[in-house]
Amino acid sequence: METLVNGFKNNRAFAVTSILVVLLLLVAVAAPVLAPYDPTQATMKDAFLEPGAQHIFGTDKLGRDCFSRVLYGARASLSGVLFLVASVFIVGTTMGVLSGYFGGKVDIVIMRISDMMISFPGMILAIAVAGIMGGSLVNAVIALTIVSWTKYARLARSLVLQIKRRDFVDAAIVNGGSSSHILWVHILPNILPMMVVTAAADIGALMMELAGLSFLGFGSQPPAPEWGLMLNEGRQQLQTAPWLMVFPGLAIFVTVVIFNLWGDNLRDVLDPRNNAIE
Amino acid sequence: MTKKQILARLGQIVLVLLGISFITFALVMLAPGDVARQMIAGNEDIIVSQAEIDALRAELGLDKPFFFQYLDWLGRALQGNLGFSFMAKKPVVEELFERLPGTILLSLASLVMMMVVSIPMGIYSAVKRGGWIDNIVRAFTFMGVSMPGFWVGLMLLWIFGLKLDLLPIVGGTIGVDTIILPAATLAIAMASKYTRQVRTAILEELGQDYVVGARARGMSESHILWKEVLPNAMLPLITLLGLSLGSLLGGAAVIEMVFSWPGLGRLAIEAITYRDFQLVQGVVVWIALMYMVINLIVDLSYNYLDPRLRKVR
Repeated sequence: METLVNGFKNNRAFAVTSILVVLLLLVAVAAPVLAPYDPTQATMKDAFLEPGAQHIFGTDKLGRDCFSRVLYGARASLSGVLFLVASVFIVGTTMGVLSGYFGGKVDIVIMRISDMMISFPGMILAIAVAGIMGGSLVNAVIALTIVSWTKYARLARSLVLQIKRRDFVDAAIVNGGSSSHILWVHILPNILPMMVVTAAADIGALMMELAGLSFLGFGSQPPAPEWGLMLNEGRQQLQTAPWLMVFPGLAIFVTVVIFNLWGDNLRDVLDPRNNAIE
Repeated sequence: MTKKQILARLGQIVLVLLGISFITFALVMLAPGDVARQMIAGNEDIIVSQAEIDALRAELGLDKPFFFQYLDWLGRALQGNLGFSFMAKKPVVEELFERLPGTILLSLASLVMMMVVSIPMGIYSAVKRGGWIDNIVRAFTFMGVSMPGFWVGLMLLWIFGLKLDLLPIVGGTIGVDTIILPAATLAIAMASKYTRQVRTAILEELGQDYVVGARARGMSESHILWKEVLPNAMLPLITLLGLSLGSLLGGAAVIEMVFSWPGLGRLAIEAITYRDFQLVQGVVVWIALMYMVINLIVDLSYNYLDPRLRKVR
């Protein structure tokens, strides 16, 4: 935490991108205040209006305001991706820590499963899982968690293996510390920064995968305003109403850029090797 | 790789295939809906007699316990029978082979486009590190990895298909004109990653002692770059190339959907949407097999390309 505050003070890029991330979250939270229209209210006589003073991003085939839908979409898309990152992070880290700390059979089983997942194109499996379970944002998150946790498990495992060899862990064992005490007090706090950096850098990529599933119809369902789903709907009107796919796409792009930049800067701030150089 | 290692890899491939097919099989079993009813009626809402359904269930072995059903499927699959697709109205294997050329062509076309762009750009921006072209290249690659592929595809379709009217927007067939946009879409995302990797690989090699040594002996910069640095830097890149080919064969699904490209990824999605589960099962296993075989081939070629590994053999 202290490192973060210092990073915020000393690293200008980190400060700026952090503010942008907070702004994004604010937009999502304040969508009801910012949005000029109800995102799901259909007004048929206003269908397919070009972007203009009344509707700055235009309207869709049901006359819904595209700008309001993009703003509300920030809620679905951001909460979806944060939920996804948290779930991948928790599942992966837990598996990796158990695997690295206990070794033996636990390690073999977890690592074999993870070998299997890695030697397979994840997106196809995610599509299969989400598609078979039925399209919903929760199922899409579950599907992507199933195919993404292994990366975190491998990383957590290798970090735990490094830390397990350190003297303070031996000292804790000699002092009679229980496994759960050692894991929570000595191991987890030491692997956490590296894990968080990895997760932060992944937000953008995961967001695009989640949007991809929604785009295929295996994520959020209509009439929910979600960026991937909006692109799916806008795709049919590519010829008559191109704005319907320009703006939700731009929203994804801008959000991913911000999270990617933030992730890079967070790594600079949290990575101990970089601090040593400074 | 020694013979033993190759055998171990083949064994691993078999294990993964078993695991993957088991997982998809279990998923399909858990899915709502009755497979037998669907095979008779498709997705149409017609009335099917229970006797008819039961008869088909018995015929397909669907009344057996789950694990025996899997063994049945496995037994048939080993004989090259992956079941019948009610969506395509033909055997699953036939449909898989029909979609294969589309996927292979698209993958190769996008790989070629990607290399044509990213190898020169990566080399150039590494050599002129910090220059303005390097900065532009880095900005573009950053943007490239931040755009969802399907959106890039839609934008290209809009710009080149509709606004400029240069290329056809109706897909569905394989042709020189229809392949350009989907291949370019895939190439843009990959080129962004690959250019960075080429740049990093070259920079890493340029920092090695032998480069300093070569400079000290007065060798020309171009000789160092083309004869010394590039061959060394290209080796790790070939592995990456193989990996991208593997993920292209499986992961291009979303792009294939955008352009209605007749490939395996789109087949997988269609099969899932139609709940044609025999086909889903077949496509997933097939893509997994291709992915792993390609990775094995890449690893093998790596052995031949790297003289250090060759000596060990």
